[in-house]
Amino acid sequence: MIKKAFALLLVVIIAIFLSVTFAKIPFGYPKTVVGKYYLDHGVKDLGGVNIVTSIVVLYRGFDTLGEVTVLFLAATGLGMVLAGLREKDEKKRKKTPPSLIMRTETKLLFPMTILFGAYIFIHGHLTPGGGFPGGVVIASAFLLMFLSHKKWEAKEKYTKITEALAGMTYVVIGLIGLYVAGSFLENFLPKGVPGNLFSAGIIPLIYTAIGFKVGSELTGLLQNLRETTE
Amino acid sequence: MSSLILVVSAILVIFMIVGAVVTIHARDLLVAIIASAIVDLVLAVLFYILQAPDVAITQASIMGGLTTAIFLVVIKKTERYEQ
Repeated sequence: MIKKAFALLLVVIIAIFLSVTFAKIPFGYPKTVVGKYYLDHGVKDLGGVNIVTSIVVLYRGFDTLGEVTVLFLAATGLGMVLAGLREKDEKKRKKTPPSLIMRTETKLLFPMTILFGAYIFIHGHLTPGGGFPGGVVIASAFLLMFLSHKKWEAKEKYTKITEALAGMTYVVIGLIGLYVAGSFLENFLPKGVPGNLFSAGIIPLIYTAIGFKVGSELTGLLQNLRETTE
Repeated sequence: MSSLILVVSAILVIFMIVGAVVTIHARDLLVAIIASAIVDLVLAVLFYILQAPDVAITQASIMGGLTTAIFLVVIKKTERYEQ
């Protein structure tokens, strides 16, 4: 009883403090100077129409490299944990085939989903989206195939090679920036006309690398999960 | 923000709260996973209303799609009902 009373008291105190704090902050009002700078100068400085991707890839490029590394570590860690649980005996796996509708439909949907994911990361500097969501859409295409075709699989060798090459591309682009323009991940390509597909310097290149990396990483992760025992 | 959008987002927030409560209390973990997926998708719609389409796409694809699928795989490998 006393425990519950204290819990309730704690909730009330937190609610009071939160409401007092948030009452003083006007909703949606730009408070910081740096945000205003990005909005005013972003398109002119970097040539990317989508300001969010300009910030993620160029203004804050180093953070994104760290984020990609974190995702890599998470996928590798899960792979290591699951490695002990691999299904040794193939026959133990249940072999109830999925329905004909599902098999036919996913065959048609698979290339289109991959195309949509590629569209999302190639047009990252023009429309909402970018490497991370694009990669996830590609991985979900592979998930559909995993669900509908029991024997179909993404070979671990190929997902690993794709992932490694894409990660290396990101770092190499950064190093070229260091050599040509003077600092790591600096833009060294022409900005072009804002709004064109070939514009915004290295943003499309980096987002393509991130898209490949995230897509292959998550596909490998799903494949790992699928191979483990009951 | 016009009042219509405010009303719509209030309804969406109520949906999210109901979904979160169901997620916590459901004994059937499949129900819990679907309720949390509903919370994530409604949150994606809210992000879109708040003019953050980038975040909305990421939220819908990662949390609504892939995380739900991984949770489903996990309960298939372990147990469906909570003790």
